Amino acid sequence: MDLAYSDAEEEFRGRLREWLAAELPRLPERPDPLDWPGRRAYDCGWQRRLYDAGYGHVHWDASPTQRLIFLEETERAGAPYVGANFVGLLHAGPTIAAEGTPEQRARWLEPVLRGDEVWCQGFSEPGAGSDLASLRTRAVRDGDAYVVTGQKIWTSHAEVADWCELLVRTDPDGPRHRGISWLALPMDAPGVTVRPLRTLAGSTEFAELFLDEVRVPVANRVGEENDGWRVTMVTLSFERGTAFVGEVVACRRLLGELARTARENGRWDDPALRRRLGRLSAGFLALWRLTQRNVSEAQATGGVPGVGGSVFKLHYSHARQELYDTAAEVLGPDALDLGREWNLDRLSSLSYTIAAGTSQIQRNIVAERILGLPKGR
Amino acid sequence: MDFRLSQDQRDLVRGIRELLAGRFGRDALRAAVDEPGRLDRGLWKELGDAGLFALRLPEDEGGVGLGLPEAVLLFEEAGRWLVPGPLVATHGAAGSVPGAAEGLTVVTEVSGEGLVPWLDAADVVRGDATGAVAVRSVDPLTPLHRVPGAGGWAPEAVLLTAAEQVGTAAWATEAAVSHARQREQFGQVIGGFQAVKHLCAGMLVRTELARAAVHGAAVTGDPVEIAGAKLLADEAAVANARDCLQVHGGMGFTWEADVHLHLKRAWVRAALVLPGDRAAEEVAAAL
Repeated sequence: MDLAYSDAEEEFRGRLREWLAAELPRLPERPDPLDWPGRRAYDCGWQRRLYDAGYGHVHWDASPTQRLIFLEETERAGAPYVGANFVGLLHAGPTIAAEGTPEQRARWLEPVLRGDEVWCQGFSEPGAGSDLASLRTRAVRDGDAYVVTGQKIWTSHAEVADWCELLVRTDPDGPRHRGISWLALPMDAPGVTVRPLRTLAGSTEFAELFLDEVRVPVANRVGEENDGWRVTMVTLSFERGTAFVGEVVACRRLLGELARTARENGRWDDPALRRRLGRLSAGFLALWRLTQRNVSEAQATGGVPGVGGSVFKLHYSHARQELYDTAAEVLGPDALDLGREWNLDRLSSLSYTIAAGTSQIQRNIVAERILGLPKGR
Repeated sequence: MDFRLSQDQRDLVRGIRELLAGRFGRDALRAAVDEPGRLDRGLWKELGDAGLFALRLPEDEGGVGLGLPEAVLLFEEAGRWLVPGPLVATHGAAGSVPGAAEGLTVVTEVSGEGLVPWLDAADVVRGDATGAVAVRSVDPLTPLHRVPGAGGWAPEAVLLTAAEQVGTAAWATEAAVSHARQREQFGQVIGGFQAVKHLCAGMLVRTELARAAVHGAAVTGDPVEIAGAKLLADEAAVANARDCLQVHGGMGFTWEADVHLHLKRAWVRAALVLPGDRAAEEVAAAL
């Protein structure tokens, strides 16, 4: 139970802090949150700065503790989050780094790190959301390529992506979990159609993806044929394990801002509201400690986070939604003004209990894999 | 940074768990329920010998020389086994009240809410208990008196009480899961029903969050972090005991099931030391 960071880790933190202080004032103005091409350019520009300064690899090569420090410091400084690079940096990238061949790592990792290429996530289908294993998009082997036909949905960042981490069914006759493969799909391949979907926040951060006899080289398959489910579980453990670290820090910062606003506009005098903010604050600090524990465990067991991520995600997604509901209470009539960033974020946060496995699915995972309760319906 | 338990800390937990399993198992617990108000002095002495009270006293003062992180681990176990008596007050008195460190003296104190647990059984009372009036305590294992005045809360007492709450939260989760894996209804164990599974998963989430909060607060010793940990631990203990009772169904509502004992103790711990609204105010004030 040691929360002290080593000298080397503190030195890393100090250097990063210094760099951030010098770099952030030089950033261009943030684009409109609804403008995805603008956000792609902005997010990739930021990633390029990180890369040039030697921090581009931090999500993959650094130790879990260094990654924690990186996310903590960048968020504390108010630096841009990964944004359009979420899938590339925190999802497909770590998966290729862990499961890809040397050629695949050489082809795909560097462009993500340099902010040259953006990835999207092609997991869900109209008939396979949380029940991912029931996906039907088919890939039929034809020489040195797979011919892929099917439809994906909720494809994050598809509008601006160069590559898609695509789950396809390569064996329609085998057991559901065994006939799936993980492919890197070039988004400019003939037969790929992207139709952006508007979220309830008005944003087009995800899309429908139609695949009509798209030829994907067999060399683009990461992991063995029909072993895509296992590869995907590696991906998801990253997503649930460390992808949200920075957001806990963000929530603690937001809570501080909210308290300041409440003190200024008089809402702080309401004890019920004050206590609600206190409870939220206690929860986010505990989530930070839980994160430090998960990272310690990841560090000790070789880097891949475990099911502890589901425990984290369950509390986090509900707590963050409650944060925005409390913000609306503090803001009063201003809560209806979408020109204030709080309110757009409030709308976006409605996805937290759905995306990356609904809370109901997470509870099943916790109950079955941690508590050992039987599978059932 | 390595926020996991060290090997020494895991050994410490195993030691106290073995001691309590042998010395305060279910039969002893139920015997204590049947004799309300009687404190087992033999057990008190054994806990003293095991270092529960002297844990944080320096070695040159006859203590064990460990810190708050180790103390919260031991108090979590004490909470899990529902050990009766003013453990936190006696631990806090070690080094200043003769005999407390060795488990020879039972020390209680006036809580911040004007309540005194175990007044009749205690050898020493800290705080002003003048005018104490007996209360018909909701918890059969915690006799209570009410006093006109009230004290404050030492942060360490708050934290150790929170640690006991984590013990109850963990016990409730394990008891519910164990029952859900055995009890059959409609031709299958009830743990296969999603409604039951989700209750159990929620219990684990609350326990892990509260435990991380208590451990973090034990390492930093920060009073605001301690207040936040108490808040989460109270919620975890009370909500988990209730959910555990729910999972046990009709059996859970009986005197014979132990669930109610944990719930009642969780209520007592929540109300005695830095109750929820006050803890929330303390955390909010630091925002």
